[in-house]
Amino acid sequence: MGKLKLKEHLIGRNWCKGCGICVHFCPKSVLELDDEDKAVAVRPEDCIYCKLCELRCPDLAIEVKIQKEDENE
Amino acid sequence: MPKTKYDKEYNVKQYLRERFFPHIWCPGCGHGIVLGSLLRAVEELGLDPTEIVMTSGIGCSARISGYVNFHSLHTIHGRALAFATGVKLSTPKLNLIVPMGDGDALAIGGNHFIHAARRNIDITAIVMNNRIYGMTGGQFSPLTGYGQKATTAPYSTIDNEFDVVKLATAAGASFVARSTTFHATECIDLIKKAISHKGFSVVEIFSQCPTHYGRKNKKGDASNMMELYKKTTVPIGSKKLEQDPSLIERGIFVDNKEAPEYCDEYEKIIQTAMKGRA
Repeated sequence: MGKLKLKEHLIGRNWCKGCGICVHFCPKSVLELDDEDKAVAVRPEDCIYCKLCELRCPDLAIEVKIQKEDENE
Repeated sequence: MPKTKYDKEYNVKQYLRERFFPHIWCPGCGHGIVLGSLLRAVEELGLDPTEIVMTSGIGCSARISGYVNFHSLHTIHGRALAFATGVKLSTPKLNLIVPMGDGDALAIGGNHFIHAARRNIDITAIVMNNRIYGMTGGQFSPLTGYGQKATTAPYSTIDNEFDVVKLATAAGASFVARSTTFHATECIDLIKKAISHKGFSVVEIFSQCPTHYGRKNKKGDASNMMELYKKTTVPIGSKKLEQDPSLIERGIFVDNKEAPEYCDEYEKIIQTAMKGRA
């Protein structure tokens, strides 16, 4: 299997309530709340796709999409 | 350490009624994390959504049944297990999942809870323990515990709390487990095992209520409450318990595969009564 890399953080802005759980628990500080109190991936290059944000998001608003390195969009 | 290169992809939206989202729970409410874990467990088990029935009572937790695209019954306060018992006995092949709040399960529905456990009927009860009646404004529940504050106990409660694990075990549940919303992957695993188990399964999940319990008891925001779950719980039999017996154990406490299941026993009675003609 090829090496995995991040595709994108899918964040449903309508579903996010800005509780900050994802921001707090992200081990690489990838996420932040913007001025509308919605989660945004500000440092996606640091993401290690542990998916703790996705698993702990109480609003089911985050999906961390990954792909194999050799796949092209 | 978080797992890196975690390549498991979930698609929980396939089980959601997306038209009801965003959900009604407060920002940071742990119930959404329980919902997510439950749906991931269902996805990992590969269950047919048309063979899952979710019955719920009343309360914040009970709103789960409206969000999932399974068969669902939003019933009366505390009586979700009674409805689930009826559904299960009528069609034993269905998977019954009953999400309950602490008050719904153990105060209003306390009797149904112990008797469902005593019968060992094949139902999965998920007790989402936020230690408060959230929907009605933060009254204390049987799981709030001595010395905690609530809207109806501004000088702190003098009531002791139930231990859900011990209560369910003593009442006869054949699968009993406990986890917290901080341990979301553990929750998925425990819910999977509980659903697969044939018999009455109880999974207690500590779920933060930052709006009422957290605010009244100065536990900080949702993230802080989850950090507290990390600090105050340990896996069953951890060495840390020797130094600090106040730590709460997580994991599987009971997994009895030998106990006779209620629907099976009922089927035997039908066969006996019909002398094999059924």
